Amino acid sequence: MAISYTSISQTKLSTGEVYGDTLCELAKDNPRIVALTADLGKSTKMGNFAEQYPDRFYQFGIAEQNMYGTAAGMAKSGLIPFTSSFAIFASCRALDQVHTDICYQKANVKLIASHAGTSFGQAGTTHHSTEDIAIMRSLANLVVIVPADGMETANVVRAAVEYDGPVYIRINRGFDQVVYGTYDYGYQIGKAVEIYEGTDATVIACGSCVFQALQAARELEADGVSVRVLNMHTIKPIDREAILKAVHDTRRIITVEDHTVIGGLGGAVAEVIAESGMSCAFKRLGLQDTFSPIGFHEDLMSIHCIDTNGIVTAVRELLNMDFEDDEDWEDEV
Amino acid sequence: MSLTKEERLELEAKVNEHRHTIIRTTMWAGSGHVGGALSMIDAATLLYYHYMNIDPKRPDWEDRDRFVLSKGHAGIGYVAILSDLGFIPYDSLKTFNLTGSRLGIHLDSSKVPGVDFSTGSLGHGLSLALGAALAAQQLNKTYRTFCMLGDGECQEGSVWEAAMAISKFNPPGLVTMVDWNKAQIDGLTEDVMPLEPFADKWRAFGFHTEEVDGHDFSAMAEAIDAALERTDVPTCIILDTVKGQGVKVCAGNYRWHYGAFDEEMAKQAHNDLDAYYQQRVASIK
Repeated sequence: MAISYTSISQTKLSTGEVYGDTLCELAKDNPRIVALTADLGKSTKMGNFAEQYPDRFYQFGIAEQNMYGTAAGMAKSGLIPFTSSFAIFASCRALDQVHTDICYQKANVKLIASHAGTSFGQAGTTHHSTEDIAIMRSLANLVVIVPADGMETANVVRAAVEYDGPVYIRINRGFDQVVYGTYDYGYQIGKAVEIYEGTDATVIACGSCVFQALQAARELEADGVSVRVLNMHTIKPIDREAILKAVHDTRRIITVEDHTVIGGLGGAVAEVIAESGMSCAFKRLGLQDTFSPIGFHEDLMSIHCIDTNGIVTAVRELLNMDFEDDEDWEDEV
Repeated sequence: MSLTKEERLELEAKVNEHRHTIIRTTMWAGSGHVGGALSMIDAATLLYYHYMNIDPKRPDWEDRDRFVLSKGHAGIGYVAILSDLGFIPYDSLKTFNLTGSRLGIHLDSSKVPGVDFSTGSLGHGLSLALGAALAAQQLNKTYRTFCMLGDGECQEGSVWEAAMAISKFNPPGLVTMVDWNKAQIDGLTEDVMPLEPFADKWRAFGFHTEEVDGHDFSAMAEAIDAALERTDVPTCIILDTVKGQGVKVCAGNYRWHYGAFDEEMAKQAHNDLDAYYQQRVASIK
């Protein structure tokens, strides 16, 4: 299906609006697409869809469990439901429905989980979603994707329609800083994108942390440090090949995510490396087994050391690690 | 249209077979959810043999009527129907609950032909049924969706989320039924967590609500006919049933939510069922 995204501009639209508009475009050619929300239609930018396709828009009120269960029933009967809610409610409030009705039954439901991480920082821990990647990654049959920006979100939504099965798409509240100027970079589910070349260390990031990693790599390059940046948009299935190539090429790996360091992107990358038999210096950046304080997203990213400064510091620490105690180091290299 | 005498007699013979099959399967499996299977089996038999448009040769036929066994633990009763209709071989019941079997307590729709939805976690089925019914409306299909809830599971808040939404969307062809057997694992529902005024709760959520004898085919058929004709509001049919109906040791005893028989008890259970069948047939004039 050729999609031009003619109306999509991520300089004028928030990531949520990009999602909403992309879905409208895809729905033109695919009558099986329906949209569901649980009193977060405005917050998740479903307004245009509701206007253009009133008969295909379902408002469930503040009742997430029923929304996800109903979506599973719709999907098992031939529709492609896009459910929109906050990530915290998709992953915690309605987890039993997501687990049993959607994942267990491999229902073709797309879960748009917005206001993820600390992107709705002012709302406090009740609305932060800093465990959802870990939770969702553990569910069989579920693809877990964290787009880096609005343009990537457009690509992910298109790919999710083409993919037959449940997909969890984790997006932020508001505007994301722009990583991609175009949608045309060969997006594929499960295929990490090397957005910056480097040989001294690799930063593997997802979501809003991709832009931060890119900034960090540029800053470090000015100091003569060559950092590779991998946009690991798909957390499951994870791109094992890209991770191991980075281990081989750079020997220093840092993961960065707007999420707890337990079980999310960092956990997924650690599992791949540990099972490979290869060794490397390794650090996970993210929330350190804590709930986040209240604040603006940029401030919280700084507090949790997942912003540009935090990444630069972590890279420098890893570069300064002394490997001479590792007798096998030279052999392995 | 009310059932003819012949139809009633056929249904009585059929459900009697299913009750015996439930006891046999419980013996093969070693144990089973006897009580809730015996309470809902009359209504499920009526749906499958009198109402539902299905084709066992094409279990995934997209225009088939849907059945959601929201009280998924009654799967041991559901398989009696599915095997008799030819969705699964009768002999497969001998593997129920055994390691490697495709049949377990809560049936897996990806493994058991004829099962439209995997259920087991209570409070989910009504949402699934709503989804199926909305999809029919969206895709211009005329299939009907029947959902069988347990009464105990109506203690789950998600049931009432679904009830609210059904009342709002009111998709055609969706019939909600509750097996009101008044018992759950830890005791009588009214002791564990009272549901009363149960019918009034459904009415308050916007449902036309009928209370009928869940062991009387004619009474149930009248309620289902009316539900399928009604378009102004959704219908909930509360099936007044007895948990473990037909087997004396189980009937009305909440402790028979799940249990096992020894050979002697099983023999007595089959004898009870024969007597129960004769009694029901004798009442048909």
